Amino acid sequence: MSELQAERAGEPLGVPRIKAASKRLRYADVMIALAAFALLATLPFLFTSKALLDFVIRCSAFGLFATSLNLLVGYTGMISFGHGMFFGLGAYGFGLIMQRTGVPIPVAFIGTLLITTVAAVVIGAICVRLKEIYFAFVTLAFQMLIHSVILSWVWLTGGDQGLRGGIPRPMFLGIDLSNHTHLYVTSCALLVIGLWLMRRIAQSPFGYTLRMIRDNASRASFVGIDVWRAKLTIFVLAALFASTGGIIMSLFVSGAYPEFAYWTISGEGIFINMLGGVTTFLGPMVGTVLLLILNDTVTRLTEYYGIVLGIVILFFAIGLRKGLMDFAVEWYEQRRDGAKERA
Amino acid sequence: LDLDALTGCLASSACLVTQSTSGFIIGMLLFLVAVGLTLIFGVLKVVNFSHGAFYMFGAYFAMTAYQVTGSFALAMLVGAAGTALLGLVFERVFMSRVYGRDVLMQLLVCYAFVLIFDDVVRLIWGPEFKSMGMPSAFQVPPLFIAGGVVPPYYLLLIGVALAVAAILGVGLARTKIGKVIRAAAHNPGMVSALGINTGLIYGGVFALGGMLAGLAGALAAPVRSLTPGMGFSVLIESFIVTVIGGMGSILGALIGALLIGLIRSFGSLGFPLFTDGLMYLFMVIVLVARPTGLFGKEVA
Repeated sequence: MSELQAERAGEPLGVPRIKAASKRLRYADVMIALAAFALLATLPFLFTSKALLDFVIRCSAFGLFATSLNLLVGYTGMISFGHGMFFGLGAYGFGLIMQRTGVPIPVAFIGTLLITTVAAVVIGAICVRLKEIYFAFVTLAFQMLIHSVILSWVWLTGGDQGLRGGIPRPMFLGIDLSNHTHLYVTSCALLVIGLWLMRRIAQSPFGYTLRMIRDNASRASFVGIDVWRAKLTIFVLAALFASTGGIIMSLFVSGAYPEFAYWTISGEGIFINMLGGVTTFLGPMVGTVLLLILNDTVTRLTEYYGIVLGIVILFFAIGLRKGLMDFAVEWYEQRRDGAKERA
Repeated sequence: LDLDALTGCLASSACLVTQSTSGFIIGMLLFLVAVGLTLIFGVLKVVNFSHGAFYMFGAYFAMTAYQVTGSFALAMLVGAAGTALLGLVFERVFMSRVYGRDVLMQLLVCYAFVLIFDDVVRLIWGPEFKSMGMPSAFQVPPLFIAGGVVPPYYLLLIGVALAVAAILGVGLARTKIGKVIRAAAHNPGMVSALGINTGLIYGGVFALGGMLAGLAGALAAPVRSLTPGMGFSVLIESFIVTVIGGMGSILGALIGALLIGLIRSFGSLGFPLFTDGLMYLFMVIVLVARPTGLFGKEVA
């Protein structure tokens, strides 16, 4: 490999170092999570608009998916182009367990996560040792494999029609998910808990190991880190959160459709990360909200959604070269530095 | 699962010839797309995720040219030349801005163009399935080789693809331009220091890759149905081909494409519902055994 290439390949994502979290900050995370949940939970009392609550539910599903993708892309430097398969797997797994067995919802939830774990371990074991571009495309190939299995396994999955006939949602622990408000609060709770857990992973010593692997994998392995194992672990963990996003989605639409497992979901996930920025933990969440707003506006105005979305992506990728949250952080730091100089 | 059909076919020469021919044309079309992908990767070090769109445009250009002029040769020419031009513009205006940036950006720019190109085709030609129809010159009775049915058009297709493979192989190995391209793939900074315009080489290689995909699309237009988004499944398959054959290797692309073609045509007999799965399974086996592909060089 020539000097030029070596330099190019070794370049990290250009992510500024995030300072180590102190214990005080860890409590701050809990407080922020509780405050966010309280705020979201009061929304139904303030606004009666069903559309707004639906929007938040969709944000929960895609937000969990996109943030978990950022654990791979932003924190570990693994650009997965097939992360959407776990979203689809979550939706189909949960829907099928509920339709076929009639077990309580928490059992189906755990069962789906178990299925996802098995799938992610097998797929991850094959993929994670590949170099970045191979990794991207082999994950994409697995995504297409799962999509084609869903399309061709008609008696189980309903083929291109998707899982129809609704997903039964029996009461559990006094929660009735067929009630819209209950579904809303549950989605918010799953979102906040999921984000908090992912934040804990990102700020843990393991999270810092991942950043080290991203910046220099060979150095990390010289220090004694089992790179393959660390990558596989985060691949499986990220898959679990993506699957949870899929479960929320299947509860929301009361079904599962092949589009949930199609590659465009992964593409959108990557774009959400770009839109919001991969250098901050909440970047993907901001990106999710932006993309869903963009989505809803554009599909109302034109049927040529791809052209508009494509141009927006180009604007971000070639024009801005970074996400919105990256801008916000830079602006804040500049202001702070400016204030210091004046003082 | 229908193993009887598969063993029955393997025992009869007629079925063997028919299935092999269909495997060969799938493989040859895939080869034309995959070799462009592998060339672009070998020289520019980017994976053209929007490569399938060039295949799609080649098919649509050829169909329109054929409907307007009625000449099959002209249709092929328009398909290839149009996509070459498109490739040149795409590389110079957009892709050249993301060289040396991380893979995420390159994937995103291509992803944007997959979305845009699919919608552009829907806008111009409409969302429904289209068909170019077999040109009258090839509407002749099929040949019978050892009892198997072989349409003459298939022979043309295989011949064109093999000719392309030979020209590329010899051109890269023996000619001066080929040497410059290989040098640029190895060390662009040095090539540029010697007074050679690397931007031109990059644009040219991208145009060549686009042209080959467009030619594949144009050749496929009489035998496949045309629809927006038709490029994507071809892209995935040709990516599997390059992964199996090894990124950057032309011979690898040829062998990989033929293997995938044969797996598809014989797999559809034995495992009708799992043909795609078989292909992925094969890729996984190759990757586990040789992570750089059958003909890929070890990357230090």
